[in-house]
Amino acid sequence: MEWSNVDWSRMLTAMTLGFHIIFATIGVGIPVMICLAEWIGIKKGDSHYILMARRWARGFTITVAVGVVTGTCIGLQLSLLWPSFMRIAGQVISLPLFMETFAFFFEAIFLGIYLYTWDRFKKPIYHWLLSLPVVIGSSASAFFITTVNAFMNTPQGFKLKEGALVEIEPIIAMLNPATPSKTFHVLTSSYLSAAFILAGIAAFAILRGRGGDYQRKALKLTLTAGFVFALGTAIAGDVSAKFLSKYQPEKLAALEWHFETEPGADLLLFGKIDENNEITNAIKIPGMLSFLAGNSFGHEVTGLNEFPEEVRPPLWIHYLFDSMVGIGVFALMISGTYTIIGKRRSSIRNSKLLLMMIISGGPLSMLAVELGWILAEVGRQPWILRGYMKVSEGATTAAGVRMTFMLFLGLYLLLGTITVAVLGKMFKNKPPHVELGERYGK
Amino acid sequence: MEILGISILWIFLFGYLIVASIDFGAGFFAFYGRITGHEHVINHLISRYLSPVWEVTNVFFVFFFVGLIGFFPDAAYYYGTALLIPGSISLILLAIRGSFYAFSNYGSRESTLYLFLYGATGLLIPASLSTALTISEGGFLVKEGDKVVFLASKLFTSPYSWSVVVLAIVSVLFISSSFLTYYASRAQDRKALGLVRKFALFWIGPTILASLLVFASLGKHNPGHFEKALDLWYLFGLSLLFFCIAFILLIKGKRYGLSFIMVLFQFFFAFFGYGASHLPYILEPYVTIFSSHTNEAMGYALVTAFIAGLLLLIPSLGLLLRLFLFDADYIKGKK
Repeated sequence: MEWSNVDWSRMLTAMTLGFHIIFATIGVGIPVMICLAEWIGIKKGDSHYILMARRWARGFTITVAVGVVTGTCIGLQLSLLWPSFMRIAGQVISLPLFMETFAFFFEAIFLGIYLYTWDRFKKPIYHWLLSLPVVIGSSASAFFITTVNAFMNTPQGFKLKEGALVEIEPIIAMLNPATPSKTFHVLTSSYLSAAFILAGIAAFAILRGRGGDYQRKALKLTLTAGFVFALGTAIAGDVSAKFLSKYQPEKLAALEWHFETEPGADLLLFGKIDENNEITNAIKIPGMLSFLAGNSFGHEVTGLNEFPEEVRPPLWIHYLFDSMVGIGVFALMISGTYTIIGKRRSSIRNSKLLLMMIISGGPLSMLAVELGWILAEVGRQPWILRGYMKVSEGATTAAGVRMTFMLFLGLYLLLGTITVAVLGKMFKNKPPHVELGERYGK
Repeated sequence: MEILGISILWIFLFGYLIVASIDFGAGFFAFYGRITGHEHVINHLISRYLSPVWEVTNVFFVFFFVGLIGFFPDAAYYYGTALLIPGSISLILLAIRGSFYAFSNYGSRESTLYLFLYGATGLLIPASLSTALTISEGGFLVKEGDKVVFLASKLFTSPYSWSVVVLAIVSVLFISSSFLTYYASRAQDRKALGLVRKFALFWIGPTILASLLVFASLGKHNPGHFEKALDLWYLFGLSLLFFCIAFILLIKGKRYGLSFIMVLFQFFFAFFGYGASHLPYILEPYVTIFSSHTNEAMGYALVTAFIAGLLLLIPSLGLLLRLFLFDADYIKGKK
């Protein structure tokens, strides 16, 4: 099958976003962890935590650089690959795009200051204060950019009159119904992933027999934070289900293979679906979907049969949905085990199995972020702007999208490989206890 | 409103032109320093300045194109469709540059390959970005029905296009070296000062020659724009005046800060003279600021956001500059 411009444009956008989201997630989450570690370090007067903040910040410089350049790529690719869509979006939703840039600028300025002023202030708390604008800036950028994606799902704040956009209200467009649930979910899951990646690194060192006080403190801090963020993510997921049921029912129905509109709808876990929409091997929880979508078992959940075939999202997103939720539950359980059960029975904290599960938590939560974005985007199909413009109408008509895809594939492979190599080298040569001795004479 | 929008964008672009030139040129000089064995003289100076501010540079660029989408969605549509390939190549160069800067600076300092990529992209990026300005003069895009077609071969054979590329590269080297001269004098680093001042004096001649060349070829390529530029002769005259002051100060070897400010004024007047004389066109002959302007409500929202953003950013930038650019101890490497 020959791929069209639309297909290649979608693939290139998916690839750029898929690559960028790794660094964006880290970029939103890590500053929070750095800020926490430095604060605890100052309060307790414990140089371990200060060193933690320093080392995380040092690794962060590399990921943030890749995040910046890939973010620039996706920003410009929106105009290069989807010019017709951006012509409309520019009219209605460019305000948060513009504000995102400001938020990022704010973050970039203070990140520069933060990284180069470690020992320049008499009172260490002044240096910690500099981390706040970094946290605010990165989370605000995530918020603004997510409102744009929310707008694509539930567009509002304009009217279409004879093909022209009228009565445009930028703020209403930005604060559309999808905004609260989406931004909440994006922020908590970014914090969660960052905490688990850092926890995984500490657990890895302990498992390799390189664990000292530094690693144990790091593990405790990251998993306690991870537990809180996992709870937050679960709540955000619940809010999202209620939002979908009300405003984007076809997406929820596709996620849950729910065809008939009915009260007391069942929740389906796992299972398989064939071309005749026959579902096999699924675990059914009676009435649960109604409960999750509307807080009552009698709540009526709209089914896919209400929608014409051509505007139904693909049904395979159910598999992604189950995996994403599964990883979320897994993260909640291991961080809960470590922090709550580990408090009474500290021996469990040295369990090899638990440590291995913690190590897997980093990559898995990143996988969950990827799956979540794929299901969010595929679940909006066939629309690029739900109800107004289809993806096939938004793509560029220019020649050479395939070649562009290949060029960027090469770029991302190169950047990905070197990032891993550089990060590895950065920390391998100088484990924490060596650096602690150099800096603080211990 | 349209004029306000384009002025904001033009300010962003001017901001990018200056900070990016400093950055691009510094990358080139750092690489040049490595291969000619002057590394120890200047690279320390360069990395002390660049390390805290490189991301800020990138943001100016993002601001410009996000602002273009917001203020002039139609212009973004035309450029977006036409510039898929050249735009993507510039993006890849920018991506390589940004990440390899981080790799070489925070990761492995010794790698000459990383530094080479960093230095070479510093010259290629301004060359490729400057073609967008060339394209705006018209003649390189045609509309065929619904499609916008980019005439690449015409761009590559146009003398005007090449004169702009040359001007972009030499200006980068001139702006950058005159800034570094000032920075070295603040750091009281005599050795580095001697070297970067030599760079500045070397590139000053080609800069003025290249600008004259661009003027001459513009007269051939787009006589209408050329005529309007002549009407604004006083702006270009001011630019020349500031250029002469900068030149004299550099030769005399004193007041490098003032000399750099003169360079800023020189480019400011030339850049705004160029922009003003090209109005109302954003892309000749298809897009003017009036035909492509966004709706009123969005225009006001963007301007409000812009003002609020500036109120937040200017003090922050002030802090950044105070800590790194105007803190003599930091520049000297004592902090």
